[in-house]
Amino acid sequence: MPRTLFDKIWESHLVGRRADGRDLLYIDRHVLHELHAHHGFAQLEKQGRPIRRADLTFAVQDHTVATKAGRDDNTNPSGAAFLKAMRDGTRKAGIKLFDIDDPDQGISHVVAPELGIVLPGATHAVPDSHASTVGGVGALAFGVGTSEMTHILATQVMAMKRPKSMRARLEGKLGAHVSAKDVALRLIAELGVAGGRGYVVEYAGAAVRAMPIEQRMTLCNLNIEMGGRSGFVAPDDTTFAWLAGRPYLPQGELWDRALAHWRTLKSDDDATFDRDVALDCGTLEPQITWGTDPSQVVGISGRVPEPAALDASRRPAAEGAFAYMDLKPGTPLAGLPVNRVFIGSCTNSRLPDLEVAAAVVRGRKVADGVVAMVVPGSSTVKREAEAAGLDRVFRAAGFFWGESGCSMCAGGNGDRGLPGERCVSTTNRNFENRQGPKVRTHLASPATAAATAIAGRIADVRQLLAGAA
Amino acid sequence: MQPFSTHTAVAAPLLKDDVNTDQIAPVLPSRGLKDDHKAMLFYRARRRDDGSENPDFVLNKPQFRNAGILVTGNNFGAGSSRETAVWSMTANNIRVIVAKSFADIYRENCLQNGVLPIVLASDDADAFIARVVQVNGAGPFTVDLVAQRISGPGGPDVAFAIPAADRTRLLEGLDDIGLTLKHMAEIKQWEQRAAAAQPWLQAAKDSR
Repeated sequence: MPRTLFDKIWESHLVGRRADGRDLLYIDRHVLHELHAHHGFAQLEKQGRPIRRADLTFAVQDHTVATKAGRDDNTNPSGAAFLKAMRDGTRKAGIKLFDIDDPDQGISHVVAPELGIVLPGATHAVPDSHASTVGGVGALAFGVGTSEMTHILATQVMAMKRPKSMRARLEGKLGAHVSAKDVALRLIAELGVAGGRGYVVEYAGAAVRAMPIEQRMTLCNLNIEMGGRSGFVAPDDTTFAWLAGRPYLPQGELWDRALAHWRTLKSDDDATFDRDVALDCGTLEPQITWGTDPSQVVGISGRVPEPAALDASRRPAAEGAFAYMDLKPGTPLAGLPVNRVFIGSCTNSRLPDLEVAAAVVRGRKVADGVVAMVVPGSSTVKREAEAAGLDRVFRAAGFFWGESGCSMCAGGNGDRGLPGERCVSTTNRNFENRQGPKVRTHLASPATAAATAIAGRIADVRQLLAGAA
Repeated sequence: MQPFSTHTAVAAPLLKDDVNTDQIAPVLPSRGLKDDHKAMLFYRARRRDDGSENPDFVLNKPQFRNAGILVTGNNFGAGSSRETAVWSMTANNIRVIVAKSFADIYRENCLQNGVLPIVLASDDADAFIARVVQVNGAGPFTVDLVAQRISGPGGPDVAFAIPAADRTRLLEGLDDIGLTLKHMAEIKQWEQRAAAAQPWLQAAKDSR
């Protein structure tokens, strides 16, 4: 019987079935962060249960770390206790920690693939809903709550019902200055914030094949914003070339063996999916959210929708969003004045994201009155960007250039906007109050965010660059 | 985990779809290792801009201050995986959430914490929501997981479905890790097979 790649990964990791009918799925790599890990350590200590596979478990400090140069535990005072608890807990358990000053520190979803901790065809869990970012290298990753994290620490398996499978075929060739962020936002707009609920999504099609790995990670990162349980791209030569030489991957003869296996990781041609959706990306323009959930999206030349144009089920949420965002139906998005621009987060903080933004910014200045920040996704990304001179481009333009971490995505480290501010952000959630009380967030790509910082208004990067030519 | 068999409490209507975890349990600047989960629940919605209590928010209304059942729309608990969004419910003795649907991770987190997530079909949900609005906190509802029924003022009993395994887990308050540890022999066998067939899965070392 023909099988999907999801079927193959799932079945090859199946340990058994519990009495309650849940499947036990082996977790090859478990990555913790400081917000939730301490609960698990304390719980297991109380129960007298050991951590089973500290050697397959990794930990990062990312959610609460400050981004200021010269940071330490106390730069963000509310983070200090979390950082210390993580340090103590991992030391006791023998878990490798990428601490605040480690050269490999960064956002878990950026660090794990960058170091080769995640592998194609492997299972991965993180106590964070954006775990499936690493689906960009062909791993099957699950975001879990604190209790499930603790369960994995104690057993190295997850107990779950098998999700359904969906294929999202993204066809066509992306236009200039259009990226995976725009594709993902459009897909979420089409399917809705619960469109992927209960599904593991395989992203396929010509547009996906043409994407570099970092863009595939952006695409898979946003899978949860349509409610998907997990999402991935089958690995290919682009993946293998990207992975080669990363330090935690198998080396030498073992690499050759692994590679031979990874080349078999694809859905059978005649495999069927529980749901199949398609999106033509060839005519897509840059996308941006206008509202307070990630499905409230229009093209950059679009307007805030009229309620009558929306599906009836989406109108109540839209009415709330008009008020929160202080926008009237029919208002064009382009041209709206902004106070703040944030480039970073597990969605869009990898080196190519910063290169795209820097190319827009180079030789220009951030508009008066706009606070603009770039926060690299990892300390490695930061070093590489600095080696390429990107930090100087951003700083010369008036951007803040930060130390790596989650920063303003959820504001857990104190990086927040001020009440009433309008912010264009390369992050993943435009929920009310997420980036600070009363902050109005518009999600967009790094190119759109960079163009907006320069213009001081929501801008079409294509026009900004054409104007300069 | 605290077992769940029946729960009798006032039911509060939260008439929204897609209520997300940033709304249920927002990240507050004052956060610490031991957060006050009781105060965290709908922290922002409960307050006006000046910090005073928002009298319009359902859980601030006198008849719903001690509500122990939440009745809501589609896709409840969307967003992050933070379990505080369930702990803030139990801290307020809300042990039943009736919704048209739940976000996947949120539903799992409910089951881990003895909170009963009831999904009613859309028509039944609309009828039940209307009833809860009508009753307006005048009397409590009883949710009986053994009989799989909701009873209370304003109408006949409402039957609900729940997967048998989830029902057992809640009724018995089963220790999830304990259930899995019974399969340790299988877990070890899997590891041995993987170590032979795909050794790279069972080792993660820095080669530098």
